[in-house]
Amino acid sequence: MDLPLADFLQIDLPALLVAVLAGLCCGLPGNFLVLRRQSLIGDAMSHVVLPGIVVGYLLSGTLDTLPMLLGALSAALISALLIEGIKRLGKIEAGAAMGVVFTSMFALGVLILEQTGASGVHLDVEHALYGNLESTLWLGLNDWKDLLSPTGLEQMPNSLQRLLGVSLLVILLTVAFFKELKISTFDPEMASSLGFSARLISIGLVVMTALSAVAAFDAVGSILVIAMFICPAATARMWTDNLSRQLWLSAVFATLSGITGYLAAAFAPLLLGADFALNAAGMIAVVASVFQCVSMIFAPDHGKLGRVLKQRQALKME
Amino acid sequence: MIAKLLRLQPHQPLTSEAAKSAPLAIQGLSVAYHHKPVVWDLSFIAPAQGLVAVVGPNGAGKSTFIKAALGLIPKLSGEITVYGKSVASQRHLIGYVPQRGSVDWDFPASALDVVTMGLYGKIGWLRPVRKAHRAAALGYLEQVGMADFADRQIGQLSGGQQQRVFLARALAQDAALYFMDEPFVGVDAATERAIVNVLKDLKDQGKTVICVHHDLQSAPDYFDHALILNIRPVASGPMAEAFTAENLQHAYGGRLAPSELSGLIPLAGQ
Amino acid sequence: MLTELLDILSFQGGYNTSVVLLGSALLGMAGGVIGVFSLLRKRALISDAISHATLPGITLGFLVALALTGTGKSLPFLMTGATISGILGVLLVQWIKDNTRLPEDSAIGTVLSSFFGLGVVLMSYIQTLRDGSQAGLESYLLGSTASMLQSEAEMIAVFALLITLTAAIFLKEFGLICFDPDYAASRGWSVSKIDLLMMALLLAVVVIGLKTVGLILIIALVIIPPVTARFWTDRLGLMVGISAFSGGISCFLGAGLSALTPDFPSGATIVLTATTLFLLSLFLAPRRGVLATGLRQIFFRYRISRRRALLSLGQGQPVLSSLFILLLKHEGTLDKNGQVTKLGQQKIRQMSRDQDLWNQYLSDYPEEAFAQKNWSLSMITDVLPPDLIHELEENLRLQQKVAG
Repeated sequence: MDLPLADFLQIDLPALLVAVLAGLCCGLPGNFLVLRRQSLIGDAMSHVVLPGIVVGYLLSGTLDTLPMLLGALSAALISALLIEGIKRLGKIEAGAAMGVVFTSMFALGVLILEQTGASGVHLDVEHALYGNLESTLWLGLNDWKDLLSPTGLEQMPNSLQRLLGVSLLVILLTVAFFKELKISTFDPEMASSLGFSARLISIGLVVMTALSAVAAFDAVGSILVIAMFICPAATARMWTDNLSRQLWLSAVFATLSGITGYLAAAFAPLLLGADFALNAAGMIAVVASVFQCVSMIFAPDHGKLGRVLKQRQALKME
Repeated sequence: MIAKLLRLQPHQPLTSEAAKSAPLAIQGLSVAYHHKPVVWDLSFIAPAQGLVAVVGPNGAGKSTFIKAALGLIPKLSGEITVYGKSVASQRHLIGYVPQRGSVDWDFPASALDVVTMGLYGKIGWLRPVRKAHRAAALGYLEQVGMADFADRQIGQLSGGQQQRVFLARALAQDAALYFMDEPFVGVDAATERAIVNVLKDLKDQGKTVICVHHDLQSAPDYFDHALILNIRPVASGPMAEAFTAENLQHAYGGRLAPSELSGLIPLAGQ
Repeated sequence: MLTELLDILSFQGGYNTSVVLLGSALLGMAGGVIGVFSLLRKRALISDAISHATLPGITLGFLVALALTGTGKSLPFLMTGATISGILGVLLVQWIKDNTRLPEDSAIGTVLSSFFGLGVVLMSYIQTLRDGSQAGLESYLLGSTASMLQSEAEMIAVFALLITLTAAIFLKEFGLICFDPDYAASRGWSVSKIDLLMMALLLAVVVIGLKTVGLILIIALVIIPPVTARFWTDRLGLMVGISAFSGGISCFLGAGLSALTPDFPSGATIVLTATTLFLLSLFLAPRRGVLATGLRQIFFRYRISRRRALLSLGQGQPVLSSLFILLLKHEGTLDKNGQVTKLGQQKIRQMSRDQDLWNQYLSDYPEEAFAQKNWSLSMITDVLPPDLIHELEENLRLQQKVAG
């Protein structure tokens, strides 16, 4: 298979970068969501950012980063408030309260999209559902050295810029607040009694989740963002009992899923002789869950197989 | 806003000299849960050095009292000071051992990690944990006889060992005033002795421990002060004065059989 | 526009529209009924996993139908595929929950996103096929009644009716295992079989609703109406009724609006109609609504503060809150200069007496006092029977004698 360098740099490289960064910026907060049994906050946030993005677009008339982020963040905060209110007033479990809010918000987003014709230009429902990874183009890259040249950087696609910024921010926040996130996840009351307000950190995590969801939304769509939130963290959880190691591992799994998934979607059909490509975002989710399934079975201490073998051994000893 | 306007009948402010120097002074504390008072008009001044048992029947507001004193749940009314200042400004002086059932034991943390968390308050926001902190934490684990288990994931420890780790974490906080919520529940006899020894050490260092305690039989042995709660405070003071059959009867009502009480009184009178 | 809507809603919009409307209303009712039980069994979000898990089944059903019949758009094939992969999704959630350290919410998230991912990959493959029929496949994502064939609408209506009837027949059994599964088991009911039936009906609602509401939003049908109903009542029978009604009416109105103009996609419109009903309930419901809760909170604070103010006066301490000084002046307890009036003295005595009795009740019967919602809120004579109050008065006197 013959692959001109310029094609790779303009089409595949930005897509690969977007895939990896989306995985990283969702995967890191995902660790804490999984540990807090709040995985479905990732689910909820990925849905509720849609009306935020749409309204941000309608008000500003552009798909620029700032209105999009602001719209999505306000939608996320309104939703968090609603969820909390429904839980308390109705004495309803968190899952159901989230279900009410995120389906309503998503439906609102869909309706506004259809009503206003915003769907014509850059936003449409399909894009919201399974992203637009393949259409991330970095024009103006003809050679590796263009990558760092001012003209090359100038043409960096909008979605990649946004994702790069959010990923850096998320990594920075996770490292800076690692200790605070750790204690408030393990023992929120203790954290509050030490002066690290568990509620404040919780809200911070929701905001971080919403930010990651918006940034990755563009690339992989709202449903597959959930795979990025949960699968890498859940996979890493099978391999270690050390939180910082778990974060590192989840980053590795997220990166591997992004690269393998994209390559499989773009090139596997070609290798089989067909002349089309499959949906890359979907493939990344599939690869991420394959990693998770393999780990759930074969991981040494916490995999199913290892535990069954251990039990057998214990029985034999008796 | 409206809540502020309708603030409960304010209490007399805490101005007495005794209140200013006391590790914990509470005046007129009321707490409600679901539109029902669960702590009613509680005033209490903790001794400057000593072990206080908080006893009372289930539902009498013991844990609520502790959480309200720590500022973890909102109060309807009342003023709380720690060494004469607000709780929020004195957090570095306060240690807390929550109920053991309140955390996820499958969490990816080792015994050492958990004890290190006791130092977080001192480390402060944003600053990372350093080697010296871990070394210090190991020292506290050693004090409760758990140094050998430092790297063990917490879920793989027994109930008693978990409680010791929690205790080591409280020691790491190096506080002057401790709150403990039923530390003796679900532990083995050896751990119970270890906890008692730690409590004695804390007292000897001049600290105050306020401890929700379930077992009336052992309360007079382990503690030297008592606060008997039954939504409202029934009695508080040195064990011999407060922990009397009459007061217990007032708190527990008909549920303490006379035989149980008579078993307790000689102990209480010691 | 309004007259057109009324025409449609009164079943004068043509046979096809009428069947769609009727089918949607039945579907909404079925979702409302079965949703109550999945909410009470704390399984609301399992349906999220089921619905997303149907996508690979739909696409595979399409491919099989295409191979066998020459066209992929065959409702029976698609629904069979959806059912099978939905079942696989539920089983996988259960397996992860039982066999790994991951909690249920992570299991649901994993299954819904990975199945959906697989479905999206298969969809992208189908798009490349040179076949005209894949165009309608996307309507399963967000629902579309516009493209519904008459035969499809009839089939949905019949199935929805069957589900509602089945759920109605087993109401008692479902109620029993939601309320007290151990008791049900002890009386010889097979809890696992009833659970299985519940799950089957949930799956059926999801699969039948795919075409109308779409797989992304279908869970709204089994979550929003039950949560709406929860705000109105604590009684199971009533909750089922309200939930079925609000589910039915949401789908009916939503589908009607959507039939009026293509600008209202049926799935989103139905969900937002249900949301409107929910928001009304959230704010206005008599006991749990935002308004009622707020008023109750204010009233609670007022009662307890007034009591404390009178008690303080009784102990010779001043009332410090200026608002309460105003209130006490208004009710005549204090005169203009802030001095206690004669009437006030009587009120204060009465309140101190009442508090003494409540305290005595707490000492004598702690367990009952903890359970008494009005402890130290209402006057004790309004709450406890006279003979008990008499006993408390006796005990109080005895004690005061000992103390005195």
